[in-house]
Amino acid sequence: MVEQVEVLTGNAAAAYGVKLSRAQVIAAYPITPQTTLVERIAEFIAKGELKAEYIKVESEHSALAACIGASLGGARAFTATSAQGLLLMQEMLFWAGYGRTPVVMAVVTRAIAPPWNMWSEHTDALAQRDTGWIQIFCHNNQEVLDTIIQAYKISEDKRVMLPVMVCFDGFEISHTAENVLVPEQSDVDSFLPPYNNDLIDVEKPKLLWNGVYPEDAFKFRFIFYEAAQRSLSVVEEVHYDFYSRFGRRYGAIEIYGECEPKVFLVAMGSVASSAKAAVDVLNREGYPVGLIRIRLFRPFPTFELQRAVEGAEALVILDRSLSFTRGILSTEVAGALYNAKWRPKIFEYIVGLGGAVVSHKSLVEAVKHLLARVDEKPKGVVWLKSEG
Amino acid sequence: MVDQKVKLFDYTAYSLPAEGSAGLTGSWRAKRPIIIEVKCTKCNLCWLYCPEGTIIRKKGEVPQIDLTYCKGCGVCANECPSKAIVMEDETKWLNK
Repeated sequence: MVEQVEVLTGNAAAAYGVKLSRAQVIAAYPITPQTTLVERIAEFIAKGELKAEYIKVESEHSALAACIGASLGGARAFTATSAQGLLLMQEMLFWAGYGRTPVVMAVVTRAIAPPWNMWSEHTDALAQRDTGWIQIFCHNNQEVLDTIIQAYKISEDKRVMLPVMVCFDGFEISHTAENVLVPEQSDVDSFLPPYNNDLIDVEKPKLLWNGVYPEDAFKFRFIFYEAAQRSLSVVEEVHYDFYSRFGRRYGAIEIYGECEPKVFLVAMGSVASSAKAAVDVLNREGYPVGLIRIRLFRPFPTFELQRAVEGAEALVILDRSLSFTRGILSTEVAGALYNAKWRPKIFEYIVGLGGAVVSHKSLVEAVKHLLARVDEKPKGVVWLKSEG
Repeated sequence: MVDQKVKLFDYTAYSLPAEGSAGLTGSWRAKRPIIIEVKCTKCNLCWLYCPEGTIIRKKGEVPQIDLTYCKGCGVCANECPSKAIVMEDETKWLNK
């Protein structure tokens, strides 16, 4: 297996992922910081490197509607958006999710206005956690490319048939260039078979997603729920298949640094990259600290997380999102551990909202400060300021 | 939306076109269309205009209205060029 090294931004890496997945229909509306992603795809199509239909639409709502139609018609569909665009899509998100339509979408996370802001925050993607989409958070450009390819395989699996959001931070990932290994087309082709969907047959017309009475609606919710549960093991299967072919290992969660530390940092996206640097520094100085990076947010890997935290005294959750009085990741992690045998203390930190810098230095300081007080009772949400 | 007409596909919901796929809609009717046979010219415009397909046409005969599904919207009476369809109060048939 040969892989080409390219210097790519996160958005370009995503575009390469889409090209290698041989997406057939792309419908998107430009929004910062997603713009260069769909521009790159348009370039691939214009140069004839990707044989796909690019539909120029009047809004994000229409973009996803077009992708849903394409996917039901048997075409592999892709769209991408950020913040306000994602919010405008929301009605369609539910149609795709509960309608069991395998669409893949890149969400280049960005803060929701007001105040108007173009930098990263996870609240836009996390606010869509109940729309029936699988959500994966990437923390570097290689992961973005790999995850787009994996997303199609997960999404189109007949046991799953659910759309997937591939989320990565605006600018910190989307506009930052890194070395990325680009797999060979033939290797991706053997990993990801062509997509087909025989639901729509013009010879046998049908009304899709018709009105149903409560008893049937309840039944369909349960069918959805079963697929959502199954998706957890399909994700694991796809991760393993990808690892055996491409040699890069991904999991629902990633454990970094010390495996049995006193304190685990918990983070997603580019915050996890800063946290890795912080853990390196802390481990070198002898502090018993590790990192749990949540890669799969929906379905939430409850069991894996419960197992990973066993023995740890405390979790330091670095939340780049806000739900009124608390971070969304914190709520999720706390919920996942409530019934666990081992329940570490949870210290909740709000970091990097609206693109505020999350430097590894500030994390190192915060963790050292916390380690001295780890026996005390957590005092609620802490806002962690970072100086550039 | 009669239960048997909603096909439980293995992963998502759809319905197939079928007579009465929305239930016995005749029960919705407040006004009943009556065809006055002597006035009818058998032009079949009512059959063409009926939005629910509840008018049955037969060659050389006065059309018939399927009251099991007719919702009583009155489009046929409005469109009939010879005023051969009148809408009558459904309560007339209540105790019959």
